[in-house]
Amino acid sequence: MPAPRTLLDKIWDAHVVCSPAGELPLIYIDRHLVHEVTSPQAFEGLRLAGRRVRRPEATFATPDHNVPTTDRRLPIADPVSKQQIDTLRANCREFGIRLYDLGDADQGIVHVIGPELGITQPGMTIVCGDSHTATHGALGALAFGIGTSEVEHVLATQTLRQAKPKSLELRVDGSLHPGVTAKDLVLYLIGRLSTEGGTGHVIEYTGPCIRRLGMEERMTVCNMSIEAGARAGMIAPDQITFDYLRGRDLVPRDFDSAVAAWEKLPGDPGAAFDRVEIFRGEEIVPQVTWGTNPAQVVGVDAVVPDAGGFTDASDRESGARALEYMGLKGGTPIVDIPIDRVFIGSCTNSRIEDLRAAARVVQGYRVAPSVHAMVVPGSGRVKRQAEQEGIDRVFREAGFEWREAGCSMCLGMNPDTLSPGQRCASTSNRNFEGRQGKGGRTHLVSPAMAAAAAVTGHFTDIRQWTYR
Amino acid sequence: MHSFTTHTGIVAPLDRANVDTDQIIPKQFLKRIERTGFGQFLFFDWRFLPDGSPNPDFELNRKVLAGASVLLARRNFGCGSSREHAPWALADYGFRVVIAPTFADIFFNNCFQNGMLPIRLGEEDVEELFRRARAAEAAGGPYRMHVDLRSCTLTDDAGFSRPFTVDPFRQRCLLEGLDDIGLSLRHVDAIAAWEAAHEMTPTTR
Repeated sequence: MPAPRTLLDKIWDAHVVCSPAGELPLIYIDRHLVHEVTSPQAFEGLRLAGRRVRRPEATFATPDHNVPTTDRRLPIADPVSKQQIDTLRANCREFGIRLYDLGDADQGIVHVIGPELGITQPGMTIVCGDSHTATHGALGALAFGIGTSEVEHVLATQTLRQAKPKSLELRVDGSLHPGVTAKDLVLYLIGRLSTEGGTGHVIEYTGPCIRRLGMEERMTVCNMSIEAGARAGMIAPDQITFDYLRGRDLVPRDFDSAVAAWEKLPGDPGAAFDRVEIFRGEEIVPQVTWGTNPAQVVGVDAVVPDAGGFTDASDRESGARALEYMGLKGGTPIVDIPIDRVFIGSCTNSRIEDLRAAARVVQGYRVAPSVHAMVVPGSGRVKRQAEQEGIDRVFREAGFEWREAGCSMCLGMNPDTLSPGQRCASTSNRNFEGRQGKGGRTHLVSPAMAAAAAVTGHFTDIRQWTYR
Repeated sequence: MHSFTTHTGIVAPLDRANVDTDQIIPKQFLKRIERTGFGQFLFFDWRFLPDGSPNPDFELNRKVLAGASVLLARRNFGCGSSREHAPWALADYGFRVVIAPTFADIFFNNCFQNGMLPIRLGEEDVEELFRRARAAEAAGGPYRMHVDLRSCTLTDDAGFSRPFTVDPFRQRCLLEGLDDIGLSLRHVDAIAAWEAAHEMTPTTR
């Protein structure tokens, strides 16, 4: 009997092209997603070497980082952004790659449109020049971010040189309390693991709490695997996965045969992981980051920590730096922290269920006068569906700006940025110094928590919210 | 790609843990379409004051570190984004080696793509190097180290000597200055065989 294998083992074994002696193995890449920031130099490299894209039909591109989220009929104001987007368009035309361009009904954040269009499928290897490629692992794929040189390598060979990563099982037993979302779950796990706890590993999320999550919630969890240091995070496919994919544009025509194959992917009983960590869902409360990395996080009912209280010297030092940058004092209750901006969007939380959750909170309320709030749907499809459901009206009537799809204020590469000192409740994935704008102060939260903060003007425990 | 066999250089100590890719190269500088010219933006928000002048409080701006080519850092160096602009900025600025107790995975891989050698060294050894760098500076001169990728040893002129490990394939590619894509295309028959043996799901219209 062959040894029992994990989901990672199965996908890895199926994709090794060759393991020549003295070389790192080559693994085959099923799907290559491309955006405008990390691809120009890769295409230029191909051009200079006289190479073509080996499998244009396995390559999908969309502009997302640089795009403005306001009226897209106007020309792009920033000439450098415009150049990157034009360059992507020219490269896709030259190399025969399907581009979901500005103006295309299905343009959006690359990690939103991939699953949405059925490009992402269980058992696949998927790469993109972006660390949040981990998102696609939610559908039971092995998906991870790569640098531009590796982008060029995949374009030219449809393979990647990789050492097999180690496996880390993160099991979440029990259940989540009402008001506690997938975003809170993954922030809590990162807080427990640290930003390098998963380094060298691919995480597989298991356990009843994970099984109960819907597909979009699973994407939120997998998306932030990289923030714990793990290049990839996966959730084994099940009926929820198959129901999500059925009928989507690019899934196999013989869907039932595909499902039969996908059903064999989950790990075999008794398959061993290199490392296992177990958590209980009941321990998790709504989370708010206080510092300048995603692991510097506490529950909304807690206080900003005192840097001196950390046991590790380097944690004390980075804690003190973070508190200074964030303009916070140890001991301050999280719910006492006022905010200036609210951003609901990003590849972490910009799908229809995220928008519905935020709209339910906001319904019947108005954005606080001191707050500037905006909602950026993750794709053209999400935006249209939200508008069909009247969600955009709920946000607009409450005083939110309703925008076009793009990465927006997750990282200030487009006009949506924080001014120095502005404090933002953000549904994105990173709170590094200057991420949303130089001097900007980012707090990561769930969509419902961001919506509540927009109304009250400060962080608020969503578990006590009065819905109208 | 330039080959890397041995290197001797001035060590720049950056005594911070979890240096993320947004600090190494802030996102507004990712808009270039070339691979070059990123050195001027390295650690931009730390190196420069709001008015654009050099920040006198930033470690790497000290005159004694001019021309440094070996960066010494703390754990989890390069965490965050997959942006290869981070090693591009480091290399363009002049760094050929980064020494740290641990590195983020994607950043670590990206270094090798650019002829840069990331070296993982134990926490105690890294602490010792910070001590030696501080001592050398106090005595007026820069601290220099020698890196030998053939024997995988790290030494200085004052008796420090430690081995380090590198994946043998990555070591060979650096020693010989091999182009990754050219090497992989030598296996194009195996790639074609894999494709033939697997059902390629029909995709785009």
